[in-house]
Amino acid sequence: MSSLTEKDRPIVQLLLSTGTCPRCILRFCRVGSQMLYRHPHEDLMKDLQEFLKSSQEKEDTVCLDVADPPCKRIRLEHGEEGADELNYNGAIPQLPSAGDGNSATESPALKVCNVCLGILQEFCEADFVKKVCQKVNSADYQFTSFVFSVSLPPQLSVRERAAWLGVKQQMRNLGLPLAKDDIIQLKEAYKWIIHPQLSEELGVPADGKSLFEVSVVFAHPETDEECHFLATACPDCFKPAKNKQSVFTRMAVIKALEKIKEVDFLKHFPCPPSSPKNLCDALEIQCNNGAIFVAGRYNKYSRNLPQTPWIIDGERKLESSVEELISEHLMAEFKADSFNFSSSGREDVDVRTLGNGRPFAIELVNPRRIHFTAEEMRKLQQAINDSSDKIQVRDLQLVTRSAIGRMKEGEEEKTKTYSALIWTDKAIQREDIAFLDDIKELKLDQKTPLRVLHRRPLAVRCRLIHTMKSEYIDEHHFRLHLKTQAGTYIKEFVHGDFGRTKPNIGSLLNRTADILELDVESVDVDWPPTLAD
Amino acid sequence: SRICVITLAEAHPLLQSGKTIKNINYQISANCSRLQNKVSGKSKRTCLFIFQMQGAQFLTELAPLCRISSSDGEEYTIYSCIRGRLIEVNENILSNPALLQEKPSTEGYIAVVLPKFEESKSITQGLLTQKEYEEVLLKRRSSAS
Repeated sequence: MSSLTEKDRPIVQLLLSTGTCPRCILRFCRVGSQMLYRHPHEDLMKDLQEFLKSSQEKEDTVCLDVADPPCKRIRLEHGEEGADELNYNGAIPQLPSAGDGNSATESPALKVCNVCLGILQEFCEADFVKKVCQKVNSADYQFTSFVFSVSLPPQLSVRERAAWLGVKQQMRNLGLPLAKDDIIQLKEAYKWIIHPQLSEELGVPADGKSLFEVSVVFAHPETDEECHFLATACPDCFKPAKNKQSVFTRMAVIKALEKIKEVDFLKHFPCPPSSPKNLCDALEIQCNNGAIFVAGRYNKYSRNLPQTPWIIDGERKLESSVEELISEHLMAEFKADSFNFSSSGREDVDVRTLGNGRPFAIELVNPRRIHFTAEEMRKLQQAINDSSDKIQVRDLQLVTRSAIGRMKEGEEEKTKTYSALIWTDKAIQREDIAFLDDIKELKLDQKTPLRVLHRRPLAVRCRLIHTMKSEYIDEHHFRLHLKTQAGTYIKEFVHGDFGRTKPNIGSLLNRTADILELDVESVDVDWPPTLAD
Repeated sequence: SRICVITLAEAHPLLQSGKTIKNINYQISANCSRLQNKVSGKSKRTCLFIFQMQGAQFLTELAPLCRISSSDGEEYTIYSCIRGRLIEVNENILSNPALLQEKPSTEGYIAVVLPKFEESKSITQGLLTQKEYEEVLLKRRSSAS
């Protein structure tokens, strides 16, 4: 085998005879050629045996090590090396000869590897790949690439350590120097082998940044208890588990393995590790798509509609909500698991939102469909608008997660304009309210309104009323248009909230005033981008 | 919302004509002043609203809120009458005591109390409606004469 050199011989010999599979052996010899790992299991076995048999007098047993260093990137690299670098002769797998006492008398291909527990054996085969792809295809996701994530049982790290210690010991016994212990990571090698196969079956490339994740959880209950000795050796590595989950997480086990001394390790764990009876189980194969964000602006024409569902003690107080009316259609089209609705501020149940509407964004969690053309989005917008006269949406579009920040900044920084219908107890004449039009940048001190005190902290907020414009109606009514700073409580500015908002319309007019109707005329945020219809 | 605003009932002597308020004092005892009620706030983004309540004084029905002395020498103690956490006392009536008499039900309020969530309903049910209150007053006057 071209990538192995003389110094690897004792390692190969030891590992092969103690029940380690060919691919794990390559890992321990730090072979970095991805292509090699993809060779069929039987061929690799044959190669290793050939390697061991080859005479030690050969001058040029040191062949070229493949140039590429172990590649941590998941991205497929086509044509990274030619197939003809290997001294590979014929495809006939041979049973190992018992002559040089290298391997067990039974076919090693059937023995479950004592290090990877079958991960680099069975779980690299076409059958498993088919199983995964079947799951993916039946889940009916739209995707253009995938990231494959694998969860391995923690005892693999323990077994790897044990096998390596055995190798170190052997080298010491033979009086040979040992190179650095940067073994190829099991997960990495696994991905080298399985990514091309998955990619071929699914028809899309593997990409570490992909939003579509296929995940598999492996477990090996037969050896679960092998980690337990670490808890006594390094108790502070293991924190009490939440929710009945095992204390022996991968991270905790790795941490403990870093801490424990070789000597102590060997006291508690067999070296070399034993051959397990069974393979790992692939517990779950799951698919998940990264969240998609849809933004737009909504108008609210009802005075009887909350923004979010109004439920007290499990009982819905008012039918429907802005959020539900919009997201119902999106959920159906995008086929998502759930949604998160957010907007640039809110209005009360009894307040209408007019003008260009209020910016909002909906996060659709784990959507099955992700591709929508501008035309399809327009149709979706129309469908929402046709379904209800209580709300209307515009500028419906897909946005990125980072765009949400712009909306939230609008909530705190940008101005809003309102129209309020105001009643006064004592009569008013036109002249009595005219002066309001001349007041600019009126400073208010607003204590947290009583009506929200049960869910907001008590505080005083300073807010500005930038401009006002009054419209006289009759002796007890007038309409007031105002442009205010974000976060101003308009109703409280009108009725004074037991004198806790000062000044207020009542104090300015020297009367008792109350608000009959409120409309939001505009939310002055220039996001999301306006779409030409 | 479960917020309760404590105000003087209309039949309270202080609201009868002729009375002038001399002084309002939120100092209940040597160690307890309603003015020192600490209700610390947190930004609305963090869900630590409960946190602010822990500093606030808890009132039972008979807890005094303040003492008011009128210019004719009488002194009145105003009790909470509601069990709950004291959110704020109205400092405006300290600077302007007349407010208490002119606008007792609005700007002249005395304090704001937030009952416990579990007790909120039973407390509301224990209160009198305006009509029921007027009936009580009627009975009181007829039995006095």
